[in-house]
Amino acid sequence: MSDWRPGATLAQLRQRAALLATIRDFFAVRGVLEVETPLLCSRGVTDPAIEPLVVRDGQSLAAGSRYLQTSPEYAMKRLLAAGSGPIYQICKAFRDGEAGRRHNPEFTLLEWYRPGMDHHGLMAEVAALVCSCLGARPWQAFSYREAFQRSLQLDPFTAEIAELQRAARQLTDPGTLTGGRDLWLDLLLTHGVEPWLAGQGLCFLYDYPASQAALSRLAQRNGHSVGERFELYIDGVEVANGYHELADAAEQRARFEADNRQREASGQSPRALDEALLAALAHGLPAASGVALGLDRLLMLATGETDIRRLLAFSWERS
Amino acid sequence: MANFSTNEFRPGLKVMLDGDPCSILENEFVKPGKGQAFNRVRMRNLKTGRVWERTFKSGESLEGADVMDRTMEYLYTDGEFWYFMEPDTFEQHQADAKAVGDSYLWLKEQDSCEVTLYNGSPLSVAPANFVELEIVETDPGLKGDTAQGGSKPAKLSTGAVVKVPLFVTTGEVVRVDTRTGEYQNRVSK
Repeated sequence: MSDWRPGATLAQLRQRAALLATIRDFFAVRGVLEVETPLLCSRGVTDPAIEPLVVRDGQSLAAGSRYLQTSPEYAMKRLLAAGSGPIYQICKAFRDGEAGRRHNPEFTLLEWYRPGMDHHGLMAEVAALVCSCLGARPWQAFSYREAFQRSLQLDPFTAEIAELQRAARQLTDPGTLTGGRDLWLDLLLTHGVEPWLAGQGLCFLYDYPASQAALSRLAQRNGHSVGERFELYIDGVEVANGYHELADAAEQRARFEADNRQREASGQSPRALDEALLAALAHGLPAASGVALGLDRLLMLATGETDIRRLLAFSWERS
Repeated sequence: MANFSTNEFRPGLKVMLDGDPCSILENEFVKPGKGQAFNRVRMRNLKTGRVWERTFKSGESLEGADVMDRTMEYLYTDGEFWYFMEPDTFEQHQADAKAVGDSYLWLKEQDSCEVTLYNGSPLSVAPANFVELEIVETDPGLKGDTAQGGSKPAKLSTGAVVKVPLFVTTGEVVRVDTRTGEYQNRVSK
């Protein structure tokens, strides 16, 4: 074994520790409770675009495999339904196949939930947290629609698929890519909108197309159905994803089932639903917003490091 | 050939795309928070030389291309083909004008160069970064003018024309950077 040394510098390790201390202070002052939930879960996510890592062997796994969590969302919602009040967690999350300059398959998430807040209220709190970590700076928010209109001069809600494909071909060679409307919108977001966001500093996108609502509530805006969801970008780097949380158990079940139908259509195996989460929602989830923020990415911005692999003590390749 | 998934795309990997062998130059994984992940891949088409960016869904795979870079000795040309030899096996390969391209301007017999083989046949030829060639034609040198600036064209034994300082004369051997076509220095014989 030759390369035993860490990828990060000692100064960067100290900056990580300072960041964690700042975050814990931020929530202590605001009366948000720190919690822990299991990393190994009996149910995996149904989201077709997220692939969990699976733990298969071990004497404690008699009842079957466990999934390394892709986020602590379901367990934290069960705490909310049990009356926890505002909570946060700093934990590891795992996603198979996600590796690159800004992705490590094992990464650190900060996730928190605020009963009584809508997604705009939570965006303001996310901005306050980021400013306490990176220093005060102005922030702005654009609707998903407005961001597409400003950066690509097209309306993501009304443009025909052919128009989306035409715009995509101006940005890259899409080759033989096939997919529905959301695939082309995702491509335009990563290839066209994100470069524009690089010049926008601390910037939120909110109110995504209903088809991309994930676990957020639906609402009507100017005749279009939107998911009350937001993403935070800092200098074009995606850092956080938040929801005005869906609390309706029947609607949640329908979305899980729709995920599974999409999985089957694209040759992925369907996943058993998280019945404990659905039962918690049926019991009653307080109206709340929640957000997951990538702490390694935040540290990249705090240190100016552009490759996540040089910021982790031991990245995937060295672990 | 084996298949390679987007997460195995590394610079230098050779893959088949739309029937042509291509070399991966860069590979970036991008994902819009939630939703579809992509790989933005810069690649070079080894037949046409075209460099461009192609986007794949993450997890897609391509067939590997039977492409190998070999250091070979340039032997000679018969006007239609250029002949190269593998130094270990003495196996000879003939390359046509399309494979040789502009590289013929820098090929001197017995020099080493990089030959890219595709399915066993030369696809392209790259000369060494620096070659030493004799000047066969240039205006008479100006005696003693070794410090002044100024340059003149000189024709080399291969037919290449490079700019050389005024003091360099016909019959001398000069060292040239083949990537830029720039004169480096005189070589004492």
